[in-house]
Amino acid sequence: MKRTVPLMIVMVGGILMIIQYFIPHQYSLIVFDNYLEWAPIVGAFALILGVGSLTRLHSHKIRRRAKNWQYSWAVLIPLFGMPFFALIMPESLGGGTDVHGVHDFLFMHVQVPIQATMFSLLAFYIASAAFRAFRAKSALATVLLLAAVVVMLGQVPIGAIFGRWLPETGLWILRYPNLAAKRAIMLGVGFGMLATNLKIIFGVERNWLGGAGK
Amino acid sequence: MYDTIGIWVGALFTLAIYSFLYKENPVYRLAEHLVVGISMGYIIVLIYNTVILPKLLEPIFGGNHWLLIIPGLLGLLYITRFIPSIAWLSRYPIAFVMGTGMGIGFPLTMKAYVLRQLEAAVIPLYSSGMPWHEVLGNIVMIFGTLAALIYFFFSKPHKGLFFGTGSKIGIWVIMLGFGATFGFTVMGRISLLIGRIQYLMGDWLHIIE
Repeated sequence: MKRTVPLMIVMVGGILMIIQYFIPHQYSLIVFDNYLEWAPIVGAFALILGVGSLTRLHSHKIRRRAKNWQYSWAVLIPLFGMPFFALIMPESLGGGTDVHGVHDFLFMHVQVPIQATMFSLLAFYIASAAFRAFRAKSALATVLLLAAVVVMLGQVPIGAIFGRWLPETGLWILRYPNLAAKRAIMLGVGFGMLATNLKIIFGVERNWLGGAGK
Repeated sequence: MYDTIGIWVGALFTLAIYSFLYKENPVYRLAEHLVVGISMGYIIVLIYNTVILPKLLEPIFGGNHWLLIIPGLLGLLYITRFIPSIAWLSRYPIAFVMGTGMGIGFPLTMKAYVLRQLEAAVIPLYSSGMPWHEVLGNIVMIFGTLAALIYFFFSKPHKGLFFGTGSKIGIWVIMLGFGATFGFTVMGRISLLIGRIQYLMGDWLHIIE
């Protein structure tokens, strides 16, 4: 019951879904349509695990007065405040998900600017990483450096000052050698995914079972 | 008023994140924790409004689709993860999602990651009227893909004409690809930085248009 039944569910579900792809019969389409209805519902409940773990972690920190415990309130208050304002609070008091509500305000004016700034912060770190990585110590590092410089300059107006060849070469690198490398990596990833799929379906890979209840 | 307060709050949090460039500080930490809570809270609302309500609660209570109780109960089994004595029950919904997901994914992965890629890599090197740089590009793309694949093939030692030379050419192609990807990523981050500066200087301080 603890291990065999879940492994059987995986095997039966996996084989059934592979078969239905190759046999587009009326019955297999019904199975697929039902799956499309059921899978998001089951998957949505996984959110409980995420919210539960996050709440447990931060409430423990607050209770034990762990280091920087005060910041845990900054996680817990919006975590429960957002659903409260969006789903429970009446619109007249700033509830709901429409514009001008608390939910919309927190998303548009707190989360969006913070996330965009965090990604833009990487511009500074990527520049310092580039300084270290691009020191042309070997022929291969020089190729890396040249490709990056040509692609970067080819994308901005200043690149055209050096001549039309620079943006064209940048585009050529993106279109051909870059695509060749990406395609090879993608093929490798694809074969890896196929192997992992089969290993999970046939119960060779069982790490997903975790250690819950052994 | 709403927009003005919003821009001020957004600008202050933008500065709070940039303060990390000096060193880690309480204002940055506050913003960092807030974004975790807000994104998770946002996802709760999103999942409720797009899945739980229209696909589970409304069909059951409004349309008498009682069969949907099964995925609902299956999903609820996730909660048992927090009760150690029956935590193993949470494997059932995971098994359902995992098994069916793997089954659906198998032919699609085969199609998108393998067959389509191979199909796109098998192209004529030359056709009439094709400019020389395209011919060169086609040669680089076909033999480059093959060489990069040889580089990632570890079942044979990289020695001899085919595996040795092939893997050497492969690493050159991969380096060209990584360089181009790095350059492209830098451009993306820089444009985000420009966007934030425009927000601060334009929307907030009105120094630039």
